[in-house]
Amino acid sequence: MSIKDIFQKKRRYATITSEKAKRDIPGGLMTKCPKCGTILVTKELEKNQKVCMSCGYHFRLGALERIQYTMDEGRLLEYDAGMISADPLDFPGYKEKLARSAEASGLKEAIVTGEGTIGGYPAVVGVISFDFFQGTLGSAVGEKIARAVEKAMEKRWPLIIFSTSGGARMQESILSLMQMAKTSAAIKKFDAQGGLFISVISDPTYGGVSASFAMLGDYVIAEPGAAFGFAGRIVIEQTIRQKLPDFFQTAEFNLKHGQLDRVVHRKDLRPFLIKLLGMHAAPAERGAAHGR
Amino acid sequence: MAGELPFEQPLAELQAKIEELRKFSAEKGIDFSEEIARLEERHARLQEELYRNLTAPQKMQIARHQQRPTTLDYIGMIFDDFIELHGDRLFGDDPAVVGGVARLDGMPVTVVGHQKGKDTKDNILRNFGMPHPEGFRKALRLMRQADKFRRPIISFIDTPGAYPGNAAEERGQSEAIARNLAEMAGFRVPIVCVVIGEGGSGGALALGVGNRVLMLENAIYSVISPNGAASILWKDASLADRAAEVMKITAEDMLQLGVVEEVIPETRGGAHRDPAYQAGLIKEALLRHLRELSALSEEQLVEDRYRKFRKIGVFSFADPDNGT
Repeated sequence: MSIKDIFQKKRRYATITSEKAKRDIPGGLMTKCPKCGTILVTKELEKNQKVCMSCGYHFRLGALERIQYTMDEGRLLEYDAGMISADPLDFPGYKEKLARSAEASGLKEAIVTGEGTIGGYPAVVGVISFDFFQGTLGSAVGEKIARAVEKAMEKRWPLIIFSTSGGARMQESILSLMQMAKTSAAIKKFDAQGGLFISVISDPTYGGVSASFAMLGDYVIAEPGAAFGFAGRIVIEQTIRQKLPDFFQTAEFNLKHGQLDRVVHRKDLRPFLIKLLGMHAAPAERGAAHGR
Repeated sequence: MAGELPFEQPLAELQAKIEELRKFSAEKGIDFSEEIARLEERHARLQEELYRNLTAPQKMQIARHQQRPTTLDYIGMIFDDFIELHGDRLFGDDPAVVGGVARLDGMPVTVVGHQKGKDTKDNILRNFGMPHPEGFRKALRLMRQADKFRRPIISFIDTPGAYPGNAAEERGQSEAIARNLAEMAGFRVPIVCVVIGEGGSGGALALGVGNRVLMLENAIYSVISPNGAASILWKDASLADRAAEVMKITAEDMLQLGVVEEVIPETRGGAHRDPAYQAGLIKEALLRHLRELSALSEEQLVEDRYRKFRKIGVFSFADPDNGT
C-alpha cells in the first residue's frame, strides 16, 4: 500500500479550532505556579500562553493548546485522527490506562499530526501531548509520525514536531522500541530529499523520543527550563550514587553542552518559527508570507 | 558442568550423583551399572524437560551468563584478519563498543558490536557493555567507512543498555543514539545484525538498524530491562521475572512480532556450552543472509531496510467523528 492510498481512503480530516481547544482546557479561576507558588488568574495565564507572569515558568501544554498558540488561527487540518493504540501484547492494565489517558487529555492518542500554516508558511506539524500517557511512543504514535513525515515528503513542506515524552511505552515493549527506528528512518529519508525538519523540545522529553526523531532536527530548539535527556534523573542518581544539581538536564544545561541550537521563550516561539520558515521558503515566497 | 544457573541446579545435582556412583563403583569394584543407567536416563529426561520449554526469565539468565561468548569471542571464531579500530575522533575510545575490519570467508566486511567483560575486572573496563556516546559514535564512524568502501556491515548486539550517567548526558547520549538510527537507515551496503545476548533498549537498537536482524535462541531484546520495568510498573524490582514474561522478550517473541528475521538455534543449555559450534551456526547464517542481500542494488538495500522497520507496529482505528 502506498502513502497515497492511505490518504485517499481516509479523507475525513477534522479541523481543530481554537474554540474546541479552549473548551478542552480544564476550568478553575486561579492556577498556582508549581515553580514559584504564585497564584495566577487562569485567564491571564492563558493569555500569556501559560507562562507564569511572575517567574517565567513554562507550564506544560496539551497538544490542542500548542496548536492554538502556534498555528495561524489556531487551526490544524488533522491527519489520521482516528488512529489509536491497540494492545498487541495483551499487557496487564494497558487498556485501562489508555482509557484513563483519553479521558484525562480529551485526545485519542498521544500525538496530534496534521497540516496548517504558520505565518502563512505551510507546514506538516506533529504535537505530542504529555497528558496522554505521558506522551509515550507507542505504535500508533510512531505510525502517525512516520505518516506525517511521508506527507511532508510528498508535499515538500517543512516538518515541525513538538516533543514532550516520558520515552518508550513499556506496555508495547519491543514494538515501542522499534518506533524509534521507524521514525528515525523516515526522518533520514526526508533529510535525504532535502526536507526541513524543526524539532521543538518542551518539558519533559526523555528516552525513546529524545534518542530518536527529537534529536534529528535540522534545528533543535527547546523551551526554557524544559527537562530533556536520555535517562531519567532518578535512574542516573541511583547509578552514580550522588545527587545531581537542579540545572542538570534542563534546556539550558543541554544548550551549554552543545545539544541544542537555541532555547526559545514560548512568547517568541511562533515569531521564531516564522522567521526560520521564511529563510527556507522558495525565493518568491520569501518575505511574501512574512508578517501575515 | 561449570557455571550452572539456579534453575539448572537439579540437573547438576543429578549429574554429581552419577559421577559419585561411578567413582565409588570403580574404587570398590562393585557393579552399579544398572543404577547408573537409571540415573542417566532420569538425567536425560530432566534435561529434555528443562531445556525444551525455557521460560523468559530462564532465558534472561542464560543471555546474561558470565561465560556467554562476547562479541570479541565471536569475531575471533567467525572472521579472519580482524583489525580492531579505535576511537570516535571526537572525544575518546569507548571500550564498551568494539569494531574494525575483517574478512568473512574472504570478503572484506566491517564489524561492530557491544563488548561485555569476561570477569569483574574486564567488566569494569568494558563498563558492563554499556556504551557512552563515544561508543555509538565510534560504531557510526566505522559504519560510515564501510559505506564509503562498500563493505557489508555486521553488528553484534549485547548490552544491558546505553549507560545512564551524567557524563553520557553531557556528551549527548540521546543525539548519539538518534544519529545512529538515522544514519544506519541510510547506508547503501547490506547490514546484518545479530542479537547475541542482551538487546537492551535504545543502546541495543543504536547498532540494530539492519536489513536483517538475527537473534540467538536464548538472547533477549527489550525496550527496558525487566528489572526496570518492574520497578516502574509495580514499584518493585523483585518482580523482574513477571515483567520478563509479560514484556515478550524472547527470540521467539521477536520472530512473531516481526522484529527479527531468523532465530539461530543454540547448543542445549546455551551458547557458552559450545562457543565454537555456536560461532559456526552464526557464520553460516551471516553468509546466507549476505548472499541474499548481495542481489539488491544500493537503492534497494536502503528501501528494503526502510520497509522492514516501517511496517513494525500494531495500532487500530476509532471512528474519528465519534469522540473518544
